[in-house]
Amino acid sequence: MRLFSNTAVLLQKELQAEFRSHELLTTASVFILIVIVLFSFTFDPTSAESRKFGPGLLWLAFLFSASLMLQPCFLKERTNDTLSALRLVVNDPFAIFLAKLCANTIFLLVTELLLLFVFAVFYNVGVIAVFPQLALVFFLGSMGVATTGTALSAISSQARMREVLLPLLLLPLLVPVLIPSTEATKALLEKEPVLRWDWLGILIAFDVVFLTALWLFGEYLLEE
Amino acid sequence: MSQRIARPVGLKFTNIEKRFGKLYALRRLDMEIGPGECVALTGRNGSGKTTLLRVGSRLTRPTRGEVAFPGLKESEAPAIGYVSHAVMLYDELTAQENLLLFARLLGIPEPINRIQSLLNGTNLASRAASLVRTFSRGMKQRLAIARALLQEPGLLLLDEPGTGLDTESTVWLVNTVRCLRDEGRTIVMCVHGESALSQLATRAARLDAGTLIADTRAGATFQNIFAAVEA
Amino acid sequence: MIKTGVYTFLVCALMGVTAYAAFFIAPTEATMGLVQRIFYLHAPSGMTALSAFLVSCIGSVAYIFTRKPKWDWLAVSAAEVGIAFCTVVLLTGPIWAKPAWGVWWAWDARLTSTLVLWLLYVAFLILRTMIEDSDRRALVSAFFGVFTFLDVPLVYGSIWWWRTQHPQPVVFTSAGLEPTMRKVFYLSWLSLTCLMALLIRQRYELEESRNELQMLEQELEAN
Repeated sequence: MRLFSNTAVLLQKELQAEFRSHELLTTASVFILIVIVLFSFTFDPTSAESRKFGPGLLWLAFLFSASLMLQPCFLKERTNDTLSALRLVVNDPFAIFLAKLCANTIFLLVTELLLLFVFAVFYNVGVIAVFPQLALVFFLGSMGVATTGTALSAISSQARMREVLLPLLLLPLLVPVLIPSTEATKALLEKEPVLRWDWLGILIAFDVVFLTALWLFGEYLLEE
Repeated sequence: MSQRIARPVGLKFTNIEKRFGKLYALRRLDMEIGPGECVALTGRNGSGKTTLLRVGSRLTRPTRGEVAFPGLKESEAPAIGYVSHAVMLYDELTAQENLLLFARLLGIPEPINRIQSLLNGTNLASRAASLVRTFSRGMKQRLAIARALLQEPGLLLLDEPGTGLDTESTVWLVNTVRCLRDEGRTIVMCVHGESALSQLATRAARLDAGTLIADTRAGATFQNIFAAVEA
Repeated sequence: MIKTGVYTFLVCALMGVTAYAAFFIAPTEATMGLVQRIFYLHAPSGMTALSAFLVSCIGSVAYIFTRKPKWDWLAVSAAEVGIAFCTVVLLTGPIWAKPAWGVWWAWDARLTSTLVLWLLYVAFLILRTMIEDSDRRALVSAFFGVFTFLDVPLVYGSIWWWRTQHPQPVVFTSAGLEPTMRKVFYLSWLSLTCLMALLIRQRYELEESRNELQMLEQELEAN
């Protein structure tokens, strides 16, 4: 189907561009690292405290980083008006969104998993044993962030004060991602780890709802 | 690049109006361009030329009115080549990668051959593996035209294609547009005043404040249309 | 359509009756006493806010498909009225909580969800101020309006489930309402809904007038 082949081509372009420059991944990773370090000054990071507060702080760091990292997503397509070039050749504009949100999910996931290990070392929390489950939680959470963030990047690129606007719009919208992700992560970092499917259910619902909404209404965002 | 193409496509604007908030960019504009015509569109800055071209390329949706493509079947999508002020190319990719991206999105079979011939035709074959970021304005413009020609478009919309080009690139541009015209493609080009490029046109028209005020089809002369067009 | 003056009078009368009922007809609650009466303002305001946001979402969807400005006017009017009712909830909450439980704010599920909702729709209004072109603003904010409303059940759901996992003693519902209390509650809900409709209508007419003024200005400029 043309939609999926176009998405694959565009996804390859997004990944190619990022892996060539490393801009996004580097800045996002360093930002999360800074936040993790700063958090350590705000409470006494014993193992028990870290397990209690850590997941929340980690996810907050992820969300803040994402709201900065997703900014250039559509903004960079304005530089040379490449968005118009894409709109001229792509049959279904949803392919543009789908490719970007897949790319953003991958970028977010890569930085998150990387910083998870840093977090584990700094705060003495064991993550290896539950790594696959954590990866699942991070994947579902990242997809929610990427879906809404990509859509809102298309919105904020058309407005003034876009650097501040994107976090302003995105962060309240992501409350139903923050809570389940934090709780599910917390449950996996307990002494007796548990994979909480109730929380994952909410994440899946969030992802499905917003992906569908983007599919139905996204093309109107790209209109002139 | 010398045979006549199979399917030239016309362009018909009916009662087009385009408003951006309070500003009217186009007002009740009617214009029909027949298949194979080469039209030079002129007018002052802000007269609506760019908006008209964007409406014609279907990038911009008119507030009112319709755009049609005579010569095309009902369900067919028109193959339009559009070149604008912005180069519409990715700086961080090479010339080849840019063309390959658009060719694959268009679903062109065996894109490598097509890309090679376009790069040869635009004298960019030697720089195929260079990042577009390193190109001069003239080279970017040539690549932009190559991109526009990827799907053998029956309709070409060129928005002031000669802007910022050096002499060599300008000569290349004029020759290229002449060839495209002789192949029978419909061409609408925005020009700022009379030039070697505008002389290729078989028809000229002038816009002012979003309306069509003069057209050689309606009896005006080329001279009148290009007179008194200040920057 | 009833004339605005008449309707305004009716709404005021209805609210007067409701206030009387809330203070004098509804029986005093056993544990919390007098302060519990704020419930007749607090809870229905929350429900009215949600109704207003639903109307706003309908306006947003209708705008996306029809592009008629009147739907945009409806969307922004209803959103503003919704924020007003949300503010009432957020103010009456602490006023109730302090005498009843000794704290100004407790992260109760409903109150927390209302706070997030308030933030979301304030963001919606801020977005609108950042886009000058009226058509673009209408389309973009319609899209965000739809996104925001879709988020509402997820916000409520996730916060409610979170509170269920980590319960706390402060609960803002009056569980097990006595029949008279229930009647007063529904009366209050009715009168606040009528007030909501009035306010949306007034705001809508203001937006309509603004638009008319703009059209006249444009015509003047054209000639």
